[in-house]
Amino acid sequence: MSRLEVRKTYKLYIGGAFPRSESGRSYEVMSSGRAPKFLANAAQGSRKDIRDAVVAARSAVKGWSGATAMGRGQVLYRVGEILEGRREQFVAEVASSEGLTRPQAAKVVDAAIDRWVWYAGWPDKLAQVLGNLNPVAGPYFDISAPEPTGVVGILAPQESSLLGLVSVIAPAIVSGNTVVVVASEDRPLPAISLAEVLATSDVPGGVVNIVTGRTAEVAPWLAAHRDVNAIDLAGATAVPWGELEAAAADTVKRVVRPAGTGTDAVEPDWFATPDLSRTRAFLETKTVWHPKGQ
Amino acid sequence: MSPSSATSRARELLGVGSLTNKALRTWLHGLPGVDQVGIEARAAALATRSIKTTSKEWAIDTAIGMIDLTTLEGADTPGKVRSLCAKAKLPDPTDLGTPQVAAVCVYGDMVHIARESLGDSGIHVAAVATAFPSGRASLAVKLADTKDAVRAGADEIDMVIDRGAFLAGDYRLVFDQIAAVKEACARTGDEPDAHLKVILETGELATYDNVRRASWLAMLAGADFIKTSTGKIQPAATMPVTLLMLEAVRDWRELTGELVGVKPAGGIRTSKDALRYLVMVSEVAGDDWLTPQRFRFGASSLLTDLLLQRQKLRTGVYSGADYVTID
Repeated sequence: MSRLEVRKTYKLYIGGAFPRSESGRSYEVMSSGRAPKFLANAAQGSRKDIRDAVVAARSAVKGWSGATAMGRGQVLYRVGEILEGRREQFVAEVASSEGLTRPQAAKVVDAAIDRWVWYAGWPDKLAQVLGNLNPVAGPYFDISAPEPTGVVGILAPQESSLLGLVSVIAPAIVSGNTVVVVASEDRPLPAISLAEVLATSDVPGGVVNIVTGRTAEVAPWLAAHRDVNAIDLAGATAVPWGELEAAAADTVKRVVRPAGTGTDAVEPDWFATPDLSRTRAFLETKTVWHPKGQ
Repeated sequence: MSPSSATSRARELLGVGSLTNKALRTWLHGLPGVDQVGIEARAAALATRSIKTTSKEWAIDTAIGMIDLTTLEGADTPGKVRSLCAKAKLPDPTDLGTPQVAAVCVYGDMVHIARESLGDSGIHVAAVATAFPSGRASLAVKLADTKDAVRAGADEIDMVIDRGAFLAGDYRLVFDQIAAVKEACARTGDEPDAHLKVILETGELATYDNVRRASWLAMLAGADFIKTSTGKIQPAATMPVTLLMLEAVRDWRELTGELVGVKPAGGIRTSKDALRYLVMVSEVAGDDWLTPQRFRFGASSLLTDLLLQRQKLRTGVYSGADYVTID
């Protein structure tokens, strides 16, 4: 007996819940490759969804940045475990989303899970590596320590729907930031599945918020939002990222420009071994002067 | 209005020779019963109106001008009250065009500090009195509490009714207490009397019918405003309860020609909520109530959200808590 197909209309991920877009809109997600096939409907987020996501992210900052570094590491490692458990699903989605063969997709998914686990090891090491005991000309202990900047807006890479996504979310949240992510416009399914993974993990609601939709429509609202402290423009390939950077500058946001040297953003090789630059971009440095005796 | 004149007017309205508890009971229980499903559906329907940008601009400014900026904590310090008054006078230092709030609402012993800080800004000082929030004290204490706040310069007195007496059916006692407090709000000479807001504490009245009765009883006894809640009890102000009270003041006007104000207090935190209340005021009571003289919001955090929305309309980008003063 043939089964009826279960057609999917996915929703957004905001504040740990899965609401529909406030606008009620959705759009069709097609597979990549020579003969695009319908995969699912995704919610088409609006500026008001971005607004709600920022509110959720802001309210999660205190708890997440206040958690112990060790605890954050464990929570993130648990996400890695769940990712591993859903490996097959991610392989299928990456294959159809990016037009890859299954072995190619499997390589991408493995790299993405390894990337997540790599970042999960960092929370309780950042302060040692990025912090410092500064030698000063006076009787003081002078200590610089990294602190999260707050709410980070992220335009997820448009091409690399899982490895790229993980490579921009994880470095922002390891240090205690919370994020509002605009998923890849044409390839949002791995981001939606990642949201389901996060919702069933121990990551508190609001730490990661994922909005699917038209990047060019919502990105300016995220860049100009006065309650967003930093923005990662990795996925600003189809929108003029210079304008987004200018909008972000109005509120002195930290900005991570997309790769490439020109006005057109290009996607870097996400397989390359990461360094701490993306993590460091979303940190503030607090320096404490403490008097010391002789 | 002295208690005796309140009583004689009540006798006239009720058409009775003497204002006994029985007479009040007959009158209050003769009010039509409230259709619970209907009133909740009506309140929910009024909350779905779409407010477009120009109306929103007007509504936000109107709502700011209707706020009783409130701090009623055991930990209130003179400094806290002063900073609240500063915020009342200048809600948004980045935009001097922002309207002032209607009043600052504090405990009685903080009135002189608020009075001093607000100066001639035109912002009223409201004081809670009569053993707020429980109302469990003798009438003598309640009157002393009220007179003390009036003497210290309060323009408005927020009293609580004796819910225990009301629920026990002792309507005459509740009536007498309100009338006596109203008298205690009077000032000698040319100085204007303090306005009396009567807090029904609807969260403790259990039924909509009781809310309707308490509203009428308070108006009969001389309330200038009827107010939903102290903010110390959940549920505080809700849309259906406020709707019911707006109907009561509308009907009271038909009966007596007097306009009594309404003040929902507690639990209204977002601009969206405030706008919904304004829609309800206009639809139920009428536009005569869309003024701070007849409608107030008892709130503290609501002002911050209204300011954020106001900034959004002015600048075109979403704003955040870093751009408003902390209170």
